[in-house]
Amino acid sequence: MIRISAKWTERIAFFFLLVSTLIIIIPVILITVMIIQKGLPAMNLEFLTESPRLGMRAGGIFPAILGTVYLVLGTMVFALPIGILAAIYLSEYARDNWLTRAIDLAIVNLAGVPSVVYGLFGLGLFVIFLNFGTSILAGSLTLAIMSLPVIITASREALGTVPQSFREVSLALGATRWQTIRRVVLPNALPGIMTGTVLALSRAAGETAPILFTVAAFYLPKLPQSVFDQCMALPYHLYVIATQVPKIKPHVQYGTALVLIVMVLVMNLSAILIRAHFRKKKHW
Amino acid sequence: MTNDIVIDVRDYNLYYGDFHALLDVNLSIKKKSVTAIIGPSGCGKSTLLRGLNRMNDLIDQVRVTGEIFIEGKPIYAEKRDLVELRKKVGMVFQRPNPFPLSVYENVAFGLRLHSHLSKEEVAQKVEESLKAVALWKELKDKLKAPALRLSGEQQQRLCIARLAAMSADIFLMDEPCSALDPVATQHIEELIRVLKEDYTIVIVTHNMAQAARVSDETAYFYLGKLIEMGPTDQIFTRPARKETEDYITGRFG
Repeated sequence: MIRISAKWTERIAFFFLLVSTLIIIIPVILITVMIIQKGLPAMNLEFLTESPRLGMRAGGIFPAILGTVYLVLGTMVFALPIGILAAIYLSEYARDNWLTRAIDLAIVNLAGVPSVVYGLFGLGLFVIFLNFGTSILAGSLTLAIMSLPVIITASREALGTVPQSFREVSLALGATRWQTIRRVVLPNALPGIMTGTVLALSRAAGETAPILFTVAAFYLPKLPQSVFDQCMALPYHLYVIATQVPKIKPHVQYGTALVLIVMVLVMNLSAILIRAHFRKKKHW
Repeated sequence: MTNDIVIDVRDYNLYYGDFHALLDVNLSIKKKSVTAIIGPSGCGKSTLLRGLNRMNDLIDQVRVTGEIFIEGKPIYAEKRDLVELRKKVGMVFQRPNPFPLSVYENVAFGLRLHSHLSKEEVAQKVEESLKAVALWKELKDKLKAPALRLSGEQQQRLCIARLAAMSADIFLMDEPCSALDPVATQHIEELIRVLKEDYTIVIVTHNMAQAARVSDETAYFYLGKLIEMGPTDQIFTRPARKETEDYITGRFG
C-alpha cells in the first residue's frame, strides 16, 4: 500500500477544496460578464421607457419592466401579511402538537413543489375556478403562494433569534402575549424578517413558470389598466424574444436579461443593506 | 389574617409533569419587609418565587394545587387577571435584562402598557422611578442612551426602576446580584434596604451572607419543602431545625 504523507494529503485536500470553490465563482463571473458585455449596448432611455416595436425587434421593454414591478408588489401584498402572521402564530403561539407538526411538514413540502406546478395550480384555482382570468391578480396570488414557505421559514428564524428572556421580562411586566410580540419581539425580529422577505420577492421577480399560465402576455399594445388585466413580465418576455422571435438582434435579448438581473440584484442588495444597518444597531 | 400579611401561601404544591417540585408549602410574608428564600440548588426556591406572579404558567406541563393570596385575593382563582397580578407583583431576574431600548423607554415600558398618561406624566414617572433606585443623578443626561450600554449594576437598578414606574408594590428578586461584582452587589443590597420602606421584597439568594445582611425573615427550603421560616437573626443564630443549621453552617449545600 502506498502511504501518502500528511503533508501531501493536506496539499491535495486544499487543492480540491479550492478548485470546488473556484468552480462556484466561474459561472457567476461568466454570466455577469457575458450579459453586461452583450446587453450594455442595448441600454438607453428608449429601451427602458418605451414599448416594443417591429415585432419586439426594436423599441423598449418598458411594459415588461412595469409588469414585473406590479407582480412583485402584488406578491408582496398577499404573501407578506399572511407569511409573517403565520410565522408569528407558529413560533409564538402554537404548541407542539400534531397540528403544528403537520403545518411544518406542509410548509417544507410547499417549498419543494416545482414552480411549473405552482403555475398549473394557479391556472386551475385563480384563473379558472375563481374566474380571475389571466390577470395580474391571478399571477400575484400564484407567486405569493410560491413565496410563502420561504417567507414563513425566514420569519420564524428571525423570531427565534429574539432572546427568550425578552419575552419573559415583558410578560413579567404584565404585558399580554400580543403586546409582547408587538412591542418586544417584532421590533427585534423585523430586520431578519425583512431580509428573508426581500430575498423571497427577488426570487419571485425572476420566476417564469408560475406566471406562464396565470398572467404573462406575449405582447400587449397597451399597459395594464387594472389588476384583472394581463401584463408582460421580464422573465417571460426574455423567453419569448429568445425563442419565438426570429432575426432579433442579440443585444435586445441580453439587454432584457441585464435589466432583469439588475432588478434582482438591487433587491438582494437592499436586503443585505437592511441587515447590515440593523446589525450595527443591535447590542445584545 | 392580619392586614400586615401581603402574601399568604396555602398548601401550595407544584408539579413539573411527574416531578413534584414544591410540597405543601405554607408561609406568610409581611408588608414592607424583606424575605429571603434560601436553600441548595433545585430546592424549589425559584419555583416558589415564580409561582407568586404565575410566571410558571409559561412552562408547559406545570400543575398547581393549593392557593396563594396576594393582598387577600387568590391568584389562582379562575378569572384572575394575570396582567393586573404581574403589574402589582414585579420581578427582577438573575441577569439584568433591560430591553434593547433607551434608558427612558425601558422605564416607561410598563407605563405605556398599562396606562394612557400624557407625555409629561410619563416623564414625571420615569424621573421618580429613577430617583427611587438612585439612578437619576447618574443618568438624567443619558436618558436617550441605549440601556444595554450601562454597567451591570446600573442595568439591574434600571430593571427595578421599570417595576417601580408601573407602581408594583411587591418585588420578586431571583438572585438579583449573581451576575454582579461584589461592589455592585453591595450597592444593590443598600438599595434593597431603602426600597423596603415602600415595597415588599422577596429575594431568592444563594449567598447566605446576603440573606443575613438584607432580610428581615428567612425561609429555608430543601427538596421542595419549607423546612423552617422565621426572623433572619433567629434562623442564622438559633435555627430550630437541624437541617437548617447544617445548611447555614455550610455543612452541605
